[in-house]
Amino acid sequence: MNDAPPPARFKTALHGRHVAAGAKMVPFAGWEMPLQYGGITEEHLAVRRAAGLFDVSHMGQIEVAGADALAAVQRVSTNDAGRLEVGQAQYSALATPEGTFFDDLLVYRLADDHFLLVVNAANVESGFRWIREGIAGVGDAAAVNTSSRYALLAVQGPRAIDVVQPLTDVDLAAVGYYRFATGEVAGVRATISRTGYTGEDGFELFVPPQAADKLWSALMSAGRHHGMRPAGLGARDTLRLEAAMRLSGQDIDGTTTVLEAGLGWIVGWDKPDFIGREALVKQREAGVERKLVGLEMAGPGIARQGYGVYAGGGPVGRVTSGTRTPFLEKAVALAYVPAAGAAPGTEYEVDVRGRRVPARVVPLPFYKRPR
Amino acid sequence: MYPSDRLYTKDHEWILIAGATARIGITHYAQDQLGDVVYVELPQVGQQFEQGAQFGSIESVKAVSDLYCPLAGRVTEVNTTLAAAPETVNADPHGTWMMAIELADPASASGLLDSAAYAELVK
Repeated sequence: MNDAPPPARFKTALHGRHVAAGAKMVPFAGWEMPLQYGGITEEHLAVRRAAGLFDVSHMGQIEVAGADALAAVQRVSTNDAGRLEVGQAQYSALATPEGTFFDDLLVYRLADDHFLLVVNAANVESGFRWIREGIAGVGDAAAVNTSSRYALLAVQGPRAIDVVQPLTDVDLAAVGYYRFATGEVAGVRATISRTGYTGEDGFELFVPPQAADKLWSALMSAGRHHGMRPAGLGARDTLRLEAAMRLSGQDIDGTTTVLEAGLGWIVGWDKPDFIGREALVKQREAGVERKLVGLEMAGPGIARQGYGVYAGGGPVGRVTSGTRTPFLEKAVALAYVPAAGAAPGTEYEVDVRGRRVPARVVPLPFYKRPR
Repeated sequence: MYPSDRLYTKDHEWILIAGATARIGITHYAQDQLGDVVYVELPQVGQQFEQGAQFGSIESVKAVSDLYCPLAGRVTEVNTTLAAAPETVNADPHGTWMMAIELADPASASGLLDSAAYAELVK
């Protein structure tokens, strides 16, 4: 067993509901969050086949506003926020000057001069400071940590639209992927974003914390006959891994660059400047030495975070995430390996607690939803 | 909850002794802590284990945990049905044995807990 993490300091507005539902609560990034309500497998499968309801209120919100808000966001975010229309969101990174990750995030354009940045729970305070310092000197732009103003509920799965649509007048079919709208859901003022961290279609609903309980209850009622279940952080992790979505602090961190992580597509190469640009341009020209790949185990055993990857008897890389995924029913992993050996079909061995288990590189994502 | 026909370890294994042999599994508490079990790694028949030695491991979706041998002995049988149906550990932990051993010292059960003491431990 691992050392016990520090005790949780924060509880979301839905904490009482999770406890009443019998959820197993665990500390996560300073929050006491539901790990699972029933079992991770059944929650994972519900999301793949029907829908799941997640409380992800631990995520942080930082807003950047002012006449020069776009220039400010362009400075700290690797992706090109200039390409965002109002009502559109994009995946991006807060890069270090070395081109590695401070965090990954979603950037929402709320108005021409107003952006919402959604960062990971572990990086709310530090991310806020990072952004505030990063945009200092850009001009007329201010960053505000608005995390306490939002609860965040995610409805994910092929039936998500059927669950949410009856509760709102907003035409959800007209809200495209990585687009958002504002309106009422179950009488609660919400920003309705067609985004998620599961590899499925779905919506993330930003609402005032005091209304979270009312919305949760309305969604649960609406979702019951669609096979929706509440789902916890356990299923969130296995779902995102199947979809090969990187986990900040684990697959991507201060030691791995945006390019090594295979995320060159979130770099606005045409932007004149942003934190990390020089290092990333240099690395793009020189080529990366290692790359994040998908591994599928070819023998009995499950690769886990931190396990060594071997080739020709010697260590060549490491696993950053791994499990046996409930939907594919395969042991898969994300791992950094030498760039020369990143092609699908390349064979490695993973050291599973002293036993070398064969594994081979497979294309990412492991799971892609049918359209 | 914890059958009185067997003994328990502080590491959450159970051992059901019948004469000179015994069957070994994990407790309800252990499976509940692990969550959905997806893989059980078992030893080979014929392997010898000291008391407290690791004989295998059990993996759930979210974690991996080592399995420790409650008493010294030699493996006479392993439960091969677990390869295809590891989830039976969750469904019926006290009815799902992992391996059978021939006890090195059938008279000794030192260091083990009875069901009441184990129930107290995990209360």
